[in-house]
Amino acid sequence: MTNSINELEKDATAIFIIGTNTTDNHPIIGYKIRKNVRFNGAKLIVADPRRIELSNIADVDLRFRPGTDVALVNAMMNVIITEGLEDQDFIANRTENYEELVKVVEKYPPGLVAQICGVDAEDIRKAARIYATAERGSICYAMGLTQHSTGTDNVKTMCNLALLTGNLGKPGTGVNPLRGQNNVQGACDMGALPVTYPAYQQVTNPEVREKFEKFWGVPLSPNNGLTIPDVVDKAHHGEIKGLMVFGENPMVSDPDLRHVGEAMDNLELLIVQDIFLTETAMKAHVVFPGVTFAEKNGTFSNTERRVQRVRQAITPKGDARPDWQILCDLSNRLGYPMNFSSPEEIFEEIRTVTPSYAGINYQRIDKTGIHWPCPNTDHPGTPILHGEKFNRGLGLFHAIEFKEAYELPDAEYPLILSTGRSLFHYHTGTMTRRSSALNEFRPSNEVQVNPETAARLDIVDNEMVKLITRRGYIEVKARVTEMIPDGVVFTFFHFAEAAANVLTQAKCLDPVAKIPEYKVSAARIEKI
Amino acid sequence: MIKLTVNGREIQVPKGTMVLDACQQAGADVPTLCYDPDLKLAGSCRMCVVEAKGRPNLMAACVSPAENGMVIETESPDVVESRKIILELLLARHKLECHTCEKDGICKLQDYCYRYGVTDSRYAGQGPHFGMEDPNPFFKRDYDKCIMCTRCVRVCDEITGAQAINVKHRGHHAKIATVFDGKLADSSCVFCGQCVMVCPVGALTSKVSAGKGKSYQTQNVLTTCTYCGTGCTFELNIKDNHVVGVTSVRDSEFSPVNKGALCVKGRFGWDFIESPERLTTPLIRENGELRPASWDEALDYAATKIKAIKEKDGPNSLALFSSARATNEENYLAQKLFRAAIGTNNVDHCARL
Repeated sequence: MTNSINELEKDATAIFIIGTNTTDNHPIIGYKIRKNVRFNGAKLIVADPRRIELSNIADVDLRFRPGTDVALVNAMMNVIITEGLEDQDFIANRTENYEELVKVVEKYPPGLVAQICGVDAEDIRKAARIYATAERGSICYAMGLTQHSTGTDNVKTMCNLALLTGNLGKPGTGVNPLRGQNNVQGACDMGALPVTYPAYQQVTNPEVREKFEKFWGVPLSPNNGLTIPDVVDKAHHGEIKGLMVFGENPMVSDPDLRHVGEAMDNLELLIVQDIFLTETAMKAHVVFPGVTFAEKNGTFSNTERRVQRVRQAITPKGDARPDWQILCDLSNRLGYPMNFSSPEEIFEEIRTVTPSYAGINYQRIDKTGIHWPCPNTDHPGTPILHGEKFNRGLGLFHAIEFKEAYELPDAEYPLILSTGRSLFHYHTGTMTRRSSALNEFRPSNEVQVNPETAARLDIVDNEMVKLITRRGYIEVKARVTEMIPDGVVFTFFHFAEAAANVLTQAKCLDPVAKIPEYKVSAARIEKI
Repeated sequence: MIKLTVNGREIQVPKGTMVLDACQQAGADVPTLCYDPDLKLAGSCRMCVVEAKGRPNLMAACVSPAENGMVIETESPDVVESRKIILELLLARHKLECHTCEKDGICKLQDYCYRYGVTDSRYAGQGPHFGMEDPNPFFKRDYDKCIMCTRCVRVCDEITGAQAINVKHRGHHAKIATVFDGKLADSSCVFCGQCVMVCPVGALTSKVSAGKGKSYQTQNVLTTCTYCGTGCTFELNIKDNHVVGVTSVRDSEFSPVNKGALCVKGRFGWDFIESPERLTTPLIRENGELRPASWDEALDYAATKIKAIKEKDGPNSLALFSSARATNEENYLAQKLFRAAIGTNNVDHCARL
């Protein structure tokens, strides 16, 4: 997030949420948004194909066709420019390439886009006016925006909208991705990415590499590594021979599970480090038992870049070991000594190579966490980014054209399938399906179907149906609900026995981010 | 600023300060039940009554604005007598089973009865019985212990915004209910358990923690939630080296993101930690099956295979999927292991998935 979570409760006067079912997937953030709308009069724009809980209190509820995000937001910008609601000072002083943006969004008048997106043109105008005229407008999004073959374009379009209206660098504004996993921010910060060392320092930059070579005392590869989908493909082709999977479960979370399964089976070595015998661990050659967050010390960085403490509360179960110890043990055996005696000692090393974490230490975050960037121990941290200038200097407008999703419905597969999370489960269910109350309350998967769709297919609520795509099928209970629009169906990805990712495709990813298009697959439903 | 005297001590407070806050600033411990600093004022329980010199009636401190020149007594004989009667009235419809109650030791009603020596109620036997309700797996609703403070109603409305519950009926028959007094699962309840957090008595208690230890038997460890990226903090409750519950920390200094509020997963989804399915020993595949192995054996197996693949096909034939659920320290070591010890940038994690 460019801004911090509590600003959504207090400072934002208009909030535009797109592709986030916030009260289900980031409940506390959802509650704060709702509080701000109900008690402080903040305006709320919801753009989501489904009628989510926050739609009930929205000033504008844009229930648009999945995959048409760029068209929708380009039309909002078209209205803003046409009606002269743009922030001219901000555009002049803080941005560049504005003319290119104007040229593109001219092509997206609300009347035309209303037909592309399946929404009312007047609602697009209303949304544009609310966001553009707000004193402090905040954009929040999650995987509903990003898990598309145009995910990068979608995010850049949201940045365009914020730049156009000057909604950056001030309290209650910003472009705010709500990240779905406890430490996905931290994993990125720490360089668990194929192209960057810690703090997003590029592996292909010779100066950076030299610094890390000196620090780590070994020569390092000058080439970018492979992303997860590329690794899976290359394992399929036999180019990747050995894979270590640490605290992940690609056999449930990754697109096209048949393809993933074949890739895993093809490996000469699969090491899995986890707390349970996950669907992925079942395929492993060797399994290391790690521990839960309750059994180790360390830090997590949340979606607002706040680095917070994780504290050991109990000793590890059985012979399980804290994960940092396992990694040290393995490194020592590979002839590269890692002799850390505690996570705090590791954090001290992190600080020295990660400029944005340099000012953070365990003592400073004993009570309240600190937002990075925090360059030195006198620095209070940075809850709001881009206050004076952007990292690259001026904010760059990207002129972006709308592109349809890769797999559109047709006669054989007439429905659009989206996948996502339930309030009651987390990711591949490794933890929540073994939490007694959560699993008792939501023990199985469902496919949400609009009553009109259900009537056409002659299916009723709670009926077991076959949900089919070109990749395969799952048998799942139909939940007939007006939450979902006609022609669109939605299913959860937590349930290995009825796994949504049997259905999703791995062929066409976002070309830049390599994110799969989980929000749009062509599907059909059959009676069993 | 306003000047007033509390228990003989003169203090200054800003205009608009409530008498309760002024008393607290003066160091007086005024008992409260319906009052919650994060919720709208109800002024309904009358536990916080204090005496203001020259006023005919005792005043509820939480809803009375402080005035210049007020002389307040927080434990005068009249105040104490009033509180005793209120406690007796509350006890009249409060099922006294402190010995098996999950809130034993952290129950405000118990504390105040102890403080004012109230052992039983001369009004007992008059109250209606509501019994236990609701088959949800998350928390128990025992409305024979409810004292109608309505903190649950207010937190559900004001913090979570679910508006799942409200007061049904009036007077003696008043109770907390969902619309049409049905099951929580059929209401707009999202089982966040904010109501359990604010309930001052044993009317609302976690089923997941039930029977696993009372508050004075557990140690609490402040930590950060393991689920979504919001970064809520809470305390894990520990008894005999086992996690037995999660409780909120409402002080924003320790809970800056969520100020004690949690969701259903954070509050009730912790017992996977204690699952019998946890992996407790390394495993090695042999003849197609995974079998238990020692750490030395498993680590040697992995290291030998990694070295052999690196030797044969080069470092870029190896890859790591690191973890968005693991700590910063572990992610740092994991990428360092693959970059420095093995020599490849094939390092990624499930940020996209």
